[in-house]
Amino acid sequence: MGDAGARPHGGPQESTAATAEESAEESAEESAQQRMHDGSHDGSRLVMPAPDAAVLARRDQIVADLARLVGADSVIAHERAMRPYESDALTAHRQLPLVVVLPATTDEVAAVLKYCHDNAIRVVPRGAGTSLSGGALPLADAVLLGMAKFTRIREIDTANRCAVVEPGVTNLGITKAVEHLGFYYAPDPSSQIACTIGGNVAENSGGVHCLKYGLTTNNVLGVELALITGEIVRLGGKHLDAGGLDLLSVIIGSEGLLGVVTEVTVRLLKKPDTARAVLVGFPTSESAGDCVAQIIAAGIIPAGIEMMDKDAIAAAEAFVNVGYPLDVEALLIIELDGPEAECAHLLDAVTAHAQACGATTLRVSQSEEERLGFWAGRKAAFPAVGRISPDYLCMDGTIPRRQLPFVLARMRELSHRHGLRVANVFHAGDGNLHPLIRYDANAPGELEAAEAFGADILRLCVEVGGVLTGEHGVGIEKRDLMPEMFDAVDLAQQLRLKCAFDDQNLLNPGKVFPTLHRCAEMGRMHVSGGALPFPDLPRF
Amino acid sequence: MPQTLLARDPQDVVDAVTAAGANGRTLEIRGTGSLTALGRPVVADTVLDLSALSGITLYEPEELVLSARCGTPRRDIEDMLAQSGQMLAFEPADLAPLFGGAARAGSLGGLVATNLAGPRRISAGAVRDHTLGLKAVSGRGELFKSGGRVVKNVTGYDLPRLFAGAFGTLGVATEITLKVLPRPETQETVRLEGLSPEAAAAAMSAALGSSCEVSGAAYAPAPVAARLPGCPDTATVLLRLEGFGPSVRARRDMLARVLIPFGPCTVMRETPSAALWSAVRDVAPFVGTPERALWRLSTAPMAGPALAARLCATLDAEAFCDWGGGLIWLALPGPRSEADTVRTALAASGGHATLLRATAEERARTAVFQPLDEPLAALTARVKSSFDPAGLLNRGRMHEGW
Repeated sequence: MGDAGARPHGGPQESTAATAEESAEESAEESAQQRMHDGSHDGSRLVMPAPDAAVLARRDQIVADLARLVGADSVIAHERAMRPYESDALTAHRQLPLVVVLPATTDEVAAVLKYCHDNAIRVVPRGAGTSLSGGALPLADAVLLGMAKFTRIREIDTANRCAVVEPGVTNLGITKAVEHLGFYYAPDPSSQIACTIGGNVAENSGGVHCLKYGLTTNNVLGVELALITGEIVRLGGKHLDAGGLDLLSVIIGSEGLLGVVTEVTVRLLKKPDTARAVLVGFPTSESAGDCVAQIIAAGIIPAGIEMMDKDAIAAAEAFVNVGYPLDVEALLIIELDGPEAECAHLLDAVTAHAQACGATTLRVSQSEEERLGFWAGRKAAFPAVGRISPDYLCMDGTIPRRQLPFVLARMRELSHRHGLRVANVFHAGDGNLHPLIRYDANAPGELEAAEAFGADILRLCVEVGGVLTGEHGVGIEKRDLMPEMFDAVDLAQQLRLKCAFDDQNLLNPGKVFPTLHRCAEMGRMHVSGGALPFPDLPRF
Repeated sequence: MPQTLLARDPQDVVDAVTAAGANGRTLEIRGTGSLTALGRPVVADTVLDLSALSGITLYEPEELVLSARCGTPRRDIEDMLAQSGQMLAFEPADLAPLFGGAARAGSLGGLVATNLAGPRRISAGAVRDHTLGLKAVSGRGELFKSGGRVVKNVTGYDLPRLFAGAFGTLGVATEITLKVLPRPETQETVRLEGLSPEAAAAAMSAALGSSCEVSGAAYAPAPVAARLPGCPDTATVLLRLEGFGPSVRARRDMLARVLIPFGPCTVMRETPSAALWSAVRDVAPFVGTPERALWRLSTAPMAGPALAARLCATLDAEAFCDWGGGLIWLALPGPRSEADTVRTALAASGGHATLLRATAEERARTAVFQPLDEPLAALTARVKSSFDPAGLLNRGRMHEGW
């Protein structure tokens, strides 16, 4: 949910960039199997894979070769021109790439990948660069493969309820292209004006309507994928499900580590006739949580349920003045959509549940304008917090919903311990929590404290049965926390899958997984010398 | 007869796979065995029986989540969900009776391994869309986990969804976590009669492309329609509406207006509607004909009804369509599968064809699953190998050789 226009995670910080580069140089002697990080989660000391000196030395030749493959106009090699590509929306980390390439066709993507594969050059794919987890952070020795030229809508097929688009089309661009026909594309990450569908596929992006309409993985029917070898595979299409192994399932959310998507077939939905929202305030987060549980237990799946805590309400109200109550501890926005008759029926039910749970304020939208007003504050929550705080760090964990009061209480303790304030917005329907940690990057030690606080929050999410990231991706931001959720065996299996797609680890290395590895090593079977007897199982 | 090992807990599975690897013996992974005739015939040295690895380990209705060991009978899961007014929204097909078995005999592991979603696939998604978390033993004998118990989760590759439809070839799932959803309060079916395949495709497209939230869209031509409960002996389009009473009634009237160009419609109330969709889901028109080869084709919905009609004419076969036309159930007159004819006809509109039911000989000599072109075939084989490098698990179930 990269909020466009927000300034998450610090501003430009030369010192941080320099530190990252130094760390990379220090680790130049490390072997590929070595752990990239010293164990503490401290983004300003993030260690990326050591650059390959041989590749750096061949830079001029590589630039010339790429220009031959895609045309000189599509290759950016001057430092100043590459500057805009040095980070994504996780701006605390910056690194200039070896070179930027902007291919325009699938064949060009394939040619660039094959060249990099044949010459053992790393590749970092990039969409719009709105990742909040550093998924598109360049590497000094890697080609940055930008998909910005893939902006065509190839086919709109409302009879089959799908559209075929290029990966550089923005999320909102798909809806804009089909809304005159009454259709839309359901996932709506709050960066939807800027983020691209290719990036959505890489991150399995969500949004505020996931509870009813699903994530990217539930709304993409097929992709064309360029492998690092330059081979092209098609997965899915206008039909449903896979005829063999469902590889599309692992491509979606693979953070650019398995291949480069060159075309996407998305599912289109008919726009609902009506949408109504209810704004409900509660004296405690517990009662708000009870209300959500009661609604779902009653068999109602609202289009969206958003929760904000007192700090987030205050920040949003001060920013957009939409009439949020300031005397409540928790505010719910519950949206219902569908035919008029359904909305009216469910509004009555939802209102009754809210009152039974002790709501102190309750407003039902009476017009489309009022409904959008309810959302305006929530959608502005990130920039609103940015306005009252020099910097903020946007976290993204998911928890079992009923753990919310416990998690919020623990978060208050952590807030005291780290000496930083936190505002919470929460996709309450699906348990996806976005704590916004407020800090001042110019105050010595505050970035480090904010990152330590963030890491503690994510550990807490895992501890209560949740996960490290709900929709922002692991990237570099949560890479070193992966062992909090997965043990070595779990991670090894994930890495082996990576090897099936990319046996030299050339695609987006240093992201998602805390260790580099060699595929040959991963593939080794550790079987004890002689034959084993059958285990002591009942047999027939 | 291969030896059968009965796993009682995940450690038993680890031990069985480890021993099989060390001894170079292959394993057939079996739950309740209700769908062993689906897929290529597996000739394994040992059967690993998971039916005792049973039990629901977590169910929190208000969190919409359920976890169970893989051998848990689907019946137990469906019954427990029903008590809380919930369901498996992907509406899993119960195909055991197609193979002469008892109804509702399958296990959770088989349900996920086969990824056979029912009519609600078009609105609620497939089994894979509801598979959130997984514990499994790889072909290396290593117990690993992936995913979680929450819907929004992008922490690492989504292996639970990859396991859906993998027919046990990647690993032995020991415990699976599913997203569950509220059961609709009521349902109705709107029926159109006498439509050509092309008109049927257009009618279903109009309905699914409206804001009526249709949750089932099927088309049965004349000889097959009469074998669906409550349907006449003429080509019939069936459109299901589910939800709260006032909403269903309002949408029924909306849908009738959408369908005006296609002729008059009839409404089937809740009870006959429910019986009808169970029959569509479980392919009831072709139950009791075990000698007939049966195909399951997935293609672009608009192309489905006409493709089914062409195949019926060419092969003297019978067919009906689900998923708005995108799913074709094609029953041939006899045991011959006619794979080349079926797949050649499918190629124009794209998709895949699975030889769902045939004699063991026919399944051994025919590609049961859609043959993969290069380089996808090689990539798929590498993915299989990344989980099961020695090819111990269900070797040959999906593709010859692995």
